[in-house]
Amino acid sequence: MRMQNVLQGGGQKAIEKQAAMGKMTARERIISLLDPNSFHEYDLFVEHAARDFDMDKKQLPGDGVITGTGTISGFPVCIFAQDFTVAGGSLGLMHARKITKIMDHAMNLKIPLIGINDSGGARIQEGVNSLAGYGEIFYRNTLASGVIPQISVILGPCAGGAVYSPALTDFVFVVDKISKMFITGPEVIKSVLGEEISMEELGGARVHSEITGNAHFFAESETDCFEQIKKLMTYIPWNNTKKADPFPKKAPKIREFRISEIIPTDPREPYDVRNVIRAISDDSDFFEIQELFAANIVIGFGRMNGQTVGFVANQPMVLAGVLDVDSSDKAARFIRYCNAFNIPLVTLVDLPGYLPGIDQEHAGVIRHGAKILYSYSEATVPKVTVILRKAYGGGYIAMCSRHLHADFVFAWPTAEIAVMGPEGAANIIFRSEIMNAENPDEVRRSKVEEYKQKFANPYVAAAHGYIDAVIEPDETRRFLVHALEISSQKSEKSPEKKHGIPPF
Amino acid sequence: MEDNLNMNNQNQHEQYVEFMIDADVYKTTVNKMYTLRKPYEAPDARKVTSFMPGTIQEVFVQPGQEVTPATRLCILEAMKMKNVIFTTITGKVKDINVSPGQLVPKNFVLIELE
Repeated sequence: MRMQNVLQGGGQKAIEKQAAMGKMTARERIISLLDPNSFHEYDLFVEHAARDFDMDKKQLPGDGVITGTGTISGFPVCIFAQDFTVAGGSLGLMHARKITKIMDHAMNLKIPLIGINDSGGARIQEGVNSLAGYGEIFYRNTLASGVIPQISVILGPCAGGAVYSPALTDFVFVVDKISKMFITGPEVIKSVLGEEISMEELGGARVHSEITGNAHFFAESETDCFEQIKKLMTYIPWNNTKKADPFPKKAPKIREFRISEIIPTDPREPYDVRNVIRAISDDSDFFEIQELFAANIVIGFGRMNGQTVGFVANQPMVLAGVLDVDSSDKAARFIRYCNAFNIPLVTLVDLPGYLPGIDQEHAGVIRHGAKILYSYSEATVPKVTVILRKAYGGGYIAMCSRHLHADFVFAWPTAEIAVMGPEGAANIIFRSEIMNAENPDEVRRSKVEEYKQKFANPYVAAAHGYIDAVIEPDETRRFLVHALEISSQKSEKSPEKKHGIPPF
Repeated sequence: MEDNLNMNNQNQHEQYVEFMIDADVYKTTVNKMYTLRKPYEAPDARKVTSFMPGTIQEVFVQPGQEVTPATRLCILEAMKMKNVIFTTITGKVKDINVSPGQLVPKNFVLIELE
């Protein structure tokens, strides 16, 4: 009887309200995410001990959070889900203790942690104890970072201090019209600033997927979101001492994705680099991360001969594939994720450089751009790079060049490795010749042509040994698979240090 | 501001735009963040702006009044702090764009000098 009561959560009325918002209950969520009958719940009978504001008269089943362990496709996980039907999922001391307890389990057992967030925020009646609870969660998120995979699922409001736990975890999943994340809500903004904005426009799923980059996966429904999580789990290892489980090898679907048909010969024509990834990955499978944010760089997981790899690729279809503040941020964090969890990196290069502009300079493109250099340089997992077409200037160096100690760098015959594009370079190198000529336009054109002939190719870099092999596009998969296979026992030691000081 | 875009010259069969980096032109698309970016404005010391959003509590000066960097211009109450607003230059008040009780956003021109 006692158990029946607690399992009901906030009771029938609150559950109906939750359903009216298009949301599942916390228990339904856990059950639909985990393997059937695999969920084992702990701390079901935990009760809060708050006395102020008549809290001693209130019973809060499970103190508003469900915790336990289970499996996803046989993969063990620790999980917690905040229960919005119980006091709005508000976080009090015991609620937080349940979460930190399951986090400690995850760390001790070295298995992934999944947190489902659906909470009105701090339980104000519990005052500073509620803040203490958040702090203890953040501390554990930070210590667990890079040791076990941490996944946050935002399935309701997640406001104020509560947003920092997801922000500290590896991957954040959001669902359209259900997820809401912000530090200060619309009401505060209205009373302080007089600005009116809806929750959705301020911190809805779309905002965090397209504009802020806080979210990594966007889904239309909770069910789709759970499918994404299940898929993600297949690419990543249990913890940082392991490699991701191998999959049966499968060839790409080369009938659908033929490199020669994807890439235009003119280096100024765009194409979708994701199709190049699909042309070389197992089963043409590519699981993209942060698809809607900073789309000028593409990141995500795929497999090469059954092994998970992290793909990083410039996207010529968006902003010509330039590096800028957001794309550097996006790529750098992903590179560090792959390095932490022993996932080899495959980098596909086709970019004209960093994005010029006052807004970029003032937004700190120097320190953000440096992140990508930092993370590639510190990465000790196998690093293999393919230069498809353009690789100019600082962008060439940043995209896992030999100089940042890539293990293998291949280039297609169409690769152009140079300090800058032919037009710009010719304008500078032959400035006086062009200016003093009788017909400057004609001289400029011939000088651009001359520069293209001499430098717009992979052979100058190959002559210096900066490129290991010039390969035909159709050979890319063969070279990559071989390079990754012979790198599988790679062991590179970083200099001993407490930690580096990356340009955060 | 530097404009890398040439919207008029669109590729006939696609939504691609021409995008210039250095002197080279590439066909590509532009994302929301790029189109939403604000054009750069050079700072003008004659325009005294709000450094953060808040409420104007009091205005101490009148149009025509001579002011120096030591003159208290107004109080901007924000985040429970009463911030006294000064100018960095010496000049004469031309326009006052705010009155007590008014909510102002960030970078709002409060007072213009000449």
